[in-house]
Amino acid sequence: MTEFPGSIGLILNEPLLWEKGRKGRCGMSLPRRDVEAASLDGDLVGEPPDLPDLSEVEVVRHYTRLSQWNFGVDSGMYPLGSCTMKYNPKINEKQAARQGFAAAHPLLPSRLTQGALRLIFELERLLAEITGMDVVSLQPAAGAQGELAGMLIILAYHRGKGARRTKIIVPDTAHGTNPASAALCGFQPVNVKSNELGILSPEAIAEVMDEDVAGIMITNPNTLGLFEENIRGIAEIVHSKGGLVYCDGANMNAIMGIVSAGDIGVDILHLNLHKTFSTPHGGGGPGSGPICVRNYLEPFLPVPRVVREKEGYRLSVDFPKSIGKLLAFHGNFGVMVKAYSYILSMGSELRKSSQLAVLNANYVKERLKGVLHLPYDRPCMHECVFSDKFQREHKVSTLDIAKRLMDYGFHPPTIYFPLVVNGAIMIEPTETESKEDLDLFIDALKAIAAEARDDPQLLHSAPTRCKVRRMDEVEAARHPCLSG
Amino acid sequence: MRYLPHTEEDIGEMLKFVGAENLDDLYLTIPPECLRKSEFNLAEPLTEWELGDHMASLAGSMAVPPAYKVFMGAGSYEHYIPESVAQLLTRSEFATAYTPYQPEVSQGTLQAIYEYQTLVARLLGMETANASLYDGASALAEALLMAIRTTRRSRVAISRTVHPSYRRVVKTYLASGGYEIIELPYLKSGKTDLTGISSFDGLAAVAIQSPNFFGCIEDLKPTGDFAHEKGALLVVAFSEPLAYGLLKSPGSQGADIACGEGQSLGIPQSFGGPGLGMFASKKEFVRNMPGRLVGMSKDVDGKRGFVLTLATREQHIRREKATSNICTNGSLCALAAAMYMASLGSAGMRKLAELNHDKSEYLKDKLAKAGFNLPFSAATFNEFVVEFPLEFESTYERLLEQKIVAGLTLEPYYPELPNHWLMCATETKTRGDMDLLVEGIKS
Repeated sequence: MTEFPGSIGLILNEPLLWEKGRKGRCGMSLPRRDVEAASLDGDLVGEPPDLPDLSEVEVVRHYTRLSQWNFGVDSGMYPLGSCTMKYNPKINEKQAARQGFAAAHPLLPSRLTQGALRLIFELERLLAEITGMDVVSLQPAAGAQGELAGMLIILAYHRGKGARRTKIIVPDTAHGTNPASAALCGFQPVNVKSNELGILSPEAIAEVMDEDVAGIMITNPNTLGLFEENIRGIAEIVHSKGGLVYCDGANMNAIMGIVSAGDIGVDILHLNLHKTFSTPHGGGGPGSGPICVRNYLEPFLPVPRVVREKEGYRLSVDFPKSIGKLLAFHGNFGVMVKAYSYILSMGSELRKSSQLAVLNANYVKERLKGVLHLPYDRPCMHECVFSDKFQREHKVSTLDIAKRLMDYGFHPPTIYFPLVVNGAIMIEPTETESKEDLDLFIDALKAIAAEARDDPQLLHSAPTRCKVRRMDEVEAARHPCLSG
Repeated sequence: MRYLPHTEEDIGEMLKFVGAENLDDLYLTIPPECLRKSEFNLAEPLTEWELGDHMASLAGSMAVPPAYKVFMGAGSYEHYIPESVAQLLTRSEFATAYTPYQPEVSQGTLQAIYEYQTLVARLLGMETANASLYDGASALAEALLMAIRTTRRSRVAISRTVHPSYRRVVKTYLASGGYEIIELPYLKSGKTDLTGISSFDGLAAVAIQSPNFFGCIEDLKPTGDFAHEKGALLVVAFSEPLAYGLLKSPGSQGADIACGEGQSLGIPQSFGGPGLGMFASKKEFVRNMPGRLVGMSKDVDGKRGFVLTLATREQHIRREKATSNICTNGSLCALAAAMYMASLGSAGMRKLAELNHDKSEYLKDKLAKAGFNLPFSAATFNEFVVEFPLEFESTYERLLEQKIVAGLTLEPYYPELPNHWLMCATETKTRGDMDLLVEGIKS
């Protein structure tokens, strides 16, 4: 029998922080006091905060143990669809941690921060080259904030023309952030269904496109892992009625160097540096969600912008049409350093990494076809979407399959998304997985499919090899316990 | 390329399996008119060693401690970070995980975030904290949107002593919704002038920052009384959470929402980001909160564990009806803050906060004795405003030559305050550093 990476391992228990420690301990070297105590109005002074008192070794062991209950990209294959969980190179961490970057104050005079400003300027140019867009702002803190910036730009663009457009077209395959970002700007999302091929048809767009529609949010490749083949026609329809085309670039990893967004009618595009450009996701951030636009939308980009002059680089807020600021300072610079390092390390090989990401996804799709139901049987981009249709007859669901995969030593794929596929299983292997690892993953899913047929209870009771078994999420929501 | 494991042989076998001749064939579904025509103009890949040289030269051009003595805060503070915290954060099981959608393989992140929520709630004296937002400025914007949702009112009052960048971000977030933002002036003391509040009706929130942008400690309780009398929520913002190691917490003074920047708690300044959006509220408002929440629960065996919860507020479930569009937030920064607070502990945090206060009082006192005007009378924490003579600009330049950054000029943010400078001294400044600064300014 094939051996899988999953094992029970050494899972130690660890109490909560405040269940440990003793009054009188402290885990930090407190700086020397070389000034006298100064008085402060007693009315302003509160009780010391109620924090646990721990020694340094207690803190270190606590978090080391906690970390061992986590699965990361460094632990194994993490085929979470639409999240691009590729390898996060170690050397990039070192670059971001350099004293010159990590200890820099954001408001220093620009002549004292030329290195950071140059890095931002160059990363913007590199992302423009990769996407085929004209101008880039690195300010948004994550993809959703990039979307917000994009929606605000669309709003400002129409207002600048004296128009009040109230609607945004959002396909049914879109990420939840798309309609949420549109709504945050006061737009009403108009839902459009994808066709039987899993993509948008120009006719469906033409039907809803009118002079009330400010634009369309389109994810390309879409969340079914399919290229929106009609994108140019759709862009023409939207443009002909005065709307703008916003592209959610979460899936850019499939098409670097293959498709130039600027050439296919996209006006605004956001990227996720923590997906396509290899910066670690951190268990939920920090990320970075640059926004890329065509030249004519440049005046609306968030401020400050880095500008290059004879004397060097400086930050400028002198853009009167700008949508304003999105963060207190200039964006998640620490994340930018890692993405910049990645792009310089990959260089022209980025195109090949996209090709291999697509090769990996198609390989998984072809090998699992028939084992799992494949609702859209066509060549895919960087991810493929299956469903639990075959397993449902054994009363086994997508959730059961996902949980059982943990016992085999893999992180589950994205499940129950996109919403257009009932019981969706969305697999994005990324280019950094080797053929051997893909084969192991495929064998695991085959073994699970056999178990679903022969011994479904195994799947219902999975996982059995993790720190905890299935959690009671209903009770957690009904009686929320959010702090201790 | 070392990140790409495929050998030519692997590629050949896999292509054969998927029925493609070569790698370009994988894109046959893309219409030819959509394929990139222009050259992919990227340089040759750099080796690890070439990259190191290039980055060292960029980083080397930056003016940073310890070579530079930076007496500037204004929302980004220089504090010592214990090596233990820095190293624990490099645990790649934390760093390379995604948002913990699958609790059974994410208990590390989940327990750590649950603990973070608890420590934040305790520090701020609030009932419930979320798993983090992006930064202090966007957290304040989200707080005001939450107050607007909760009260179903559409105007907010915000003090002019709130960080100017935070106010700018609030404007960005609120502008499209047609909400009205009223700015409250400040008094000669450097604190907010509350007298105007009573003349405004239909307020969703009164937002105030403490310590405020001038470093002054605001009177939160009376602000809350004014706000609550008008049926508005009290939103307390902050850019320096370490202050609550010493000061009364926002919660104890009646805050309905407390939010701000957590960078001070073990997160490098990093040229302004990533920071940490800390966000807490009263329990009664929790279903209107933005962002992720981790809750305690049990598994099928009755064993304690943690899950993401109340997701019906969030965009991946509620789409356009969500309380916020936020998805990826600042999880790893939240972890850093939790590790930092756990390392300091209760007594440690009090001592460190006192030290910050006492250091900046020392500097303040020295500057006053040297004859410089301290325009605001209110008590401060670790930064304060000082008025220098007209020609200070050239003194500032001369001090830069000596690798001393003598504060931040306020005039671009407050045109009515020419020659006013915001100075900061944290625990990282020695008495000798401060003496040197004052000598330099005097001469």
